[in-house]
Amino acid sequence: MYENTRYHSVRLDKDLCKGCTNCLTHCPTAAIRVRGGRAHILDNLCIDCGECIRICDYHAKVAFTDVMDNIKAYKYAIALPAPSLYGQFRDLPRPEYVLEALKKVGFDDVFEVARGADIVTRAIREKMKDPNLPKPLISSACPTVVRLIQVRFPELIENIVDIRQPMEVAASVARAEFCKKKGCDPTDVGCFFITPCPAKMTAIRTPIGQKKSELDGAISMMDIYGLLVPHINDMLSDPEYDLATGYGVAWSTSNGEANAVCPDNSLAVDGINNVIRVLEEVENDKLSDLLFLEGNACIGGCVGGPLTFENTYVAKNTIRKMVKRMPPTHPDKAVKTSLLNKYPMKNDLPFEPNTAEKLDDNMVEALRKMNRMNEIIKRLPGYDCGSCGSPTCATFAEDIVRGYCTEMDCVHLLRERLKVMAEDMVELAQSRRE
Amino acid sequence: MEELFRISYPVAAADYTSAGKASTDIKKRLKQLGVGGDVLRRVAVASYEVELNLVIHSMGGELTLTVFPDAAQLVSADVGPGIPDLEMAMREGYSTANDEARSLGFGAGMGLPNMKRNADEFNITSAPGSGTTITMLFRLQA
Repeated sequence: MYENTRYHSVRLDKDLCKGCTNCLTHCPTAAIRVRGGRAHILDNLCIDCGECIRICDYHAKVAFTDVMDNIKAYKYAIALPAPSLYGQFRDLPRPEYVLEALKKVGFDDVFEVARGADIVTRAIREKMKDPNLPKPLISSACPTVVRLIQVRFPELIENIVDIRQPMEVAASVARAEFCKKKGCDPTDVGCFFITPCPAKMTAIRTPIGQKKSELDGAISMMDIYGLLVPHINDMLSDPEYDLATGYGVAWSTSNGEANAVCPDNSLAVDGINNVIRVLEEVENDKLSDLLFLEGNACIGGCVGGPLTFENTYVAKNTIRKMVKRMPPTHPDKAVKTSLLNKYPMKNDLPFEPNTAEKLDDNMVEALRKMNRMNEIIKRLPGYDCGSCGSPTCATFAEDIVRGYCTEMDCVHLLRERLKVMAEDMVELAQSRRE
Repeated sequence: MEELFRISYPVAAADYTSAGKASTDIKKRLKQLGVGGDVLRRVAVASYEVELNLVIHSMGGELTLTVFPDAAQLVSADVGPGIPDLEMAMREGYSTANDEARSLGFGAGMGLPNMKRNADEFNITSAPGSGTTITMLFRLQA
């Protein structure tokens, strides 16, 4: 019934799933169904936001990421920490302590994704010199938001900025610089993103906008946190790190990107449901006076990712304080123009609309199904209880016309039917006694 | 033209909390039918504007989406109060929105012009005392 053909980091642990309705009713794209006593994720609708991971009381929703051992498959491994990693260590004075710790746990080199964010900031600002861009231009940094637009707001695809994500740009530079330094072959080097969320893992395995990711894998912050902790206060052996600017580091929190890219006329929105509401405003053409829109699926931005350890607000504060201590250099000054021409900045593939919501390829058939759906909805109680395994009565009606279930999967309709049958039986029994 | 699908949404006057629900559902329906790109964008803008007009200016009415083999039609019909000067109402920047609507950020006087701009065919009939009917047609690409 539900075939999984696409790669997703977010998956279900069948043994732990109780078949309750928690994840079902919280999924922002209605991508979960409970059938046969357990949840199923519809892979054409899942955008890897990780909301189900947060909501599941039984820890049955999991994010697949690389295990630390996977870095051994390469002669050399480079760690590319998302700046949100810095927020995991309370009152971290400087990023170098984390970079150093990453080397201690097995990486041959480190490259801050915040540096990628600096470069991307510069690239987007260059792009925004073109006065004919759609308004607002929408950030492509959060892969969940990009996938959300593909599924729910396909007509806004052309608003998404076609510049690569910071982790991709960072990996291109990191690999090239490392190979130059060591005189090794690019294939000898494994680039691993230290990720706050499953969406980035999915974006590495099945990139959007790129044929192939520049990264080789992703390691969950949750997994690496414990390994790093003992090394965080170690003395710094190499004080000569090329560091990102405070602007790049601040990309890990909501408004960080918007503030770096377009401080005068931008809007930052965080939390997937808030993002949906703002995208509806864009869709209604109510925000066309805005130049740049940053959307983060997680509340607080990447520091609120489902794979982070520290409380979102504490992490945000750690980042804020650290950025305050850093020199106020803007990426416009810190990033050389030559860098923008040297490495791939733009996507090599267009973002495609996801047509999973379409009822049928043939419009006449789709209309027939929609008419049937409307007839079914009239018979349903409208409780949106989830007992049938679909998140709402409307989705249940849609699932029936798609052939995934039948009306008797609704316990309320079933009860009605049983009542009628029971009355018939009584009537039958009485008629025989006469 | 053969009518393939029709759905109506009642829209209450001054119901700002529900404003936008009908147009959101209309967009969802069209996406389910496979309508996308430029047409969907134009329907999104026009359906939202027309729904908000019902909320802000009318005494209540109904928004109806009808789908034909090659077009989608939006009809907004209200029970009053009617527009005294249609020519004036169609001008950009002209608005009769009340203080409550203005305090919520509406009343820029772009509603009707926006609808006209986004629809492939636009027709409005109105008279004080009776209601206003707006009919918009959007041609669907084959």
